[in-house]
Amino acid sequence: MLAYIARRIVYVVPIVISVALVCFLLVHITPGDPLVAVLPADASQELAAQLRAAYGFDRPLPVQFGLWLLRALHGDLGNSIATGRPVLAEVMRAVGNTVTLAIAAAIIGFTMGILLGLIAGYFRETWIDKVATSFAIAGVSVPHYWLGMVLVIIFSVQLNWLPAVGAGPNGSNSWAWDWAHLKYLVLPAITTSVIPMGIVTRTVRALTGDILSQDFVEALRAKGLHERGVFRHVIKNAAPTALAVMGLQLGYMLGGSILIETVFSWPGSGFLLNSAIFQRDLPLLQGTILILALFFVFLNLLVDIAQAAIDPRIKRG
Amino acid sequence: MSELPLSATADAALQAAPATKARGYWATVGRRITRDKVSMVCALVLLLIFLSAILAPWLGLEDPYKGSMIRRLRHIGTTGYPLGTDELGRDMLARLVYGGRLSLVIGILPVILAFCIGTSLGLVAGYVGGKLNTAIMRTIDVFYAFPSVLLAIAISGALGAGIINSIVSLTVVFVPQITRVAESVTTGVRNMDFVEAARASGAGPFTIMRVHILGNVLGAIFVYATSLISVSMILAAGLSFLGLGTKPPEPEWGLMLNTLRTAIYVNPWVAALPGAMIFAVSICFNLLSDGLRSAMDIRN
Repeated sequence: MLAYIARRIVYVVPIVISVALVCFLLVHITPGDPLVAVLPADASQELAAQLRAAYGFDRPLPVQFGLWLLRALHGDLGNSIATGRPVLAEVMRAVGNTVTLAIAAAIIGFTMGILLGLIAGYFRETWIDKVATSFAIAGVSVPHYWLGMVLVIIFSVQLNWLPAVGAGPNGSNSWAWDWAHLKYLVLPAITTSVIPMGIVTRTVRALTGDILSQDFVEALRAKGLHERGVFRHVIKNAAPTALAVMGLQLGYMLGGSILIETVFSWPGSGFLLNSAIFQRDLPLLQGTILILALFFVFLNLLVDIAQAAIDPRIKRG
Repeated sequence: MSELPLSATADAALQAAPATKARGYWATVGRRITRDKVSMVCALVLLLIFLSAILAPWLGLEDPYKGSMIRRLRHIGTTGYPLGTDELGRDMLARLVYGGRLSLVIGILPVILAFCIGTSLGLVAGYVGGKLNTAIMRTIDVFYAFPSVLLAIAISGALGAGIINSIVSLTVVFVPQITRVAESVTTGVRNMDFVEAARASGAGPFTIMRVHILGNVLGAIFVYATSLISVSMILAAGLSFLGLGTKPPEPEWGLMLNTLRTAIYVNPWVAALPGAMIFAVSICFNLLSDGLRSAMDIRN
């Protein structure tokens, strides 16, 4: 097991460096001068050159990348051009809110997905299966930002039950576990949960169906095992793949939250990314994307390790 | 029963057998999918949406760009404006129909481009193998380290708003996914006997790839690509929704959803209409892709 973990960690190193390179290069495919946001329109040539040197934009690209990577390893992702505050602190504060949202959505989406998938797979080709599958298809096909709007229309505008935007009363940005804050989490979490719900349903349904049609299930039933026992075998066999899919989905929720956070003005990393893009705050853009991508890479690593821990076939491979 | 001697029926059966066998794989797939009711309904809905988008100027609709301050945000069902008007008093029906033009192009074009690029890359990586395979596939892995929404937004955020940039960024998102599928099916086919036979008969690598491999892998890659259209539609409209794609006053579903967001307190259901169009197209493509997949799975 330890050898497997070591092998997976070694494999992650080049990925992390390449991810950093992509994030670094993003700024350099940007048309226009990265200093546009800070330079006054009537800035003199000297001032521009001075600032360029201050940000290090005057050095050759590989040198810039090396220096940037070295600083990043020390936790220094530069300062936001718009606010002047350190990028890392800004991103980490926002990521906390995104994690809250993603976990709430994961609890809803994964529970629903597993239940619907198991039921649909068990009662394959019946009306129950059709209903569950339709739910799943709708879940993966719905533009979630639009679903968020529709939920706001129903529950905020029409019924006035839940708040439409924000993450807490009086524009509060810090999360707390009380009903006043929880109310703000309901709609964004439901909206975020529909895609993972659909994907987990489809995965679990397919897995359940496949496993139930295998010979060993026949053998279990033939020796007189009750259905609950058969079900336990199904779950055990479906778990590694289902876990991998759910891990990936959690990563997508963390990294792809920008649309939903924009709809609900949820002060997370996606919201931060949105403002970084439109204020052309390139260090912040770069830093946010880097941190979110690293989260994704490490989540994948964790999933691989967890998968190997429950499925002994994997680490032998 | 029939008076015919046994040998005659056997002969008839022998003659009939090649006739049914002669129907090619794709003809069988076509026949199977036309029998699938869900797929046919989806195809019909998509056909209607495509036709109305293409024929928009000849449908006698209002001018989708002409607004009027005195008829802003009319409700659905207002005489003269069957689907109401938007925040600038423009006819919603006309804007939804015209909006299909851009929305469908920016949603589908990235998948088509990625299909061409990804299939070529995957075919070469899978057939040539060795160092080239490693180089292509490890580069692809880097893109897999980003969640697709993040990658699309990172690229179009860095490139800036615009239709071309949005198409480019989505193409970059889908190329790795298609390349991976293409590489894996090509690797599965390339060691089969008929490829070996072609090589033995003196066919060059280009001919083998084009004639012997492409024909056998294209179907699988194509089905996979069709399943991406739904995601692509949602993401393309999503980029416009964020302000990274289409620019006003162009009618485009994602952008319309964005500009109508402020109207949800005044006229909520009109504001939700453009999203319903995205949903309809996306779900139809998904169901059609599922139908195609099971129609191509002849074993069942």
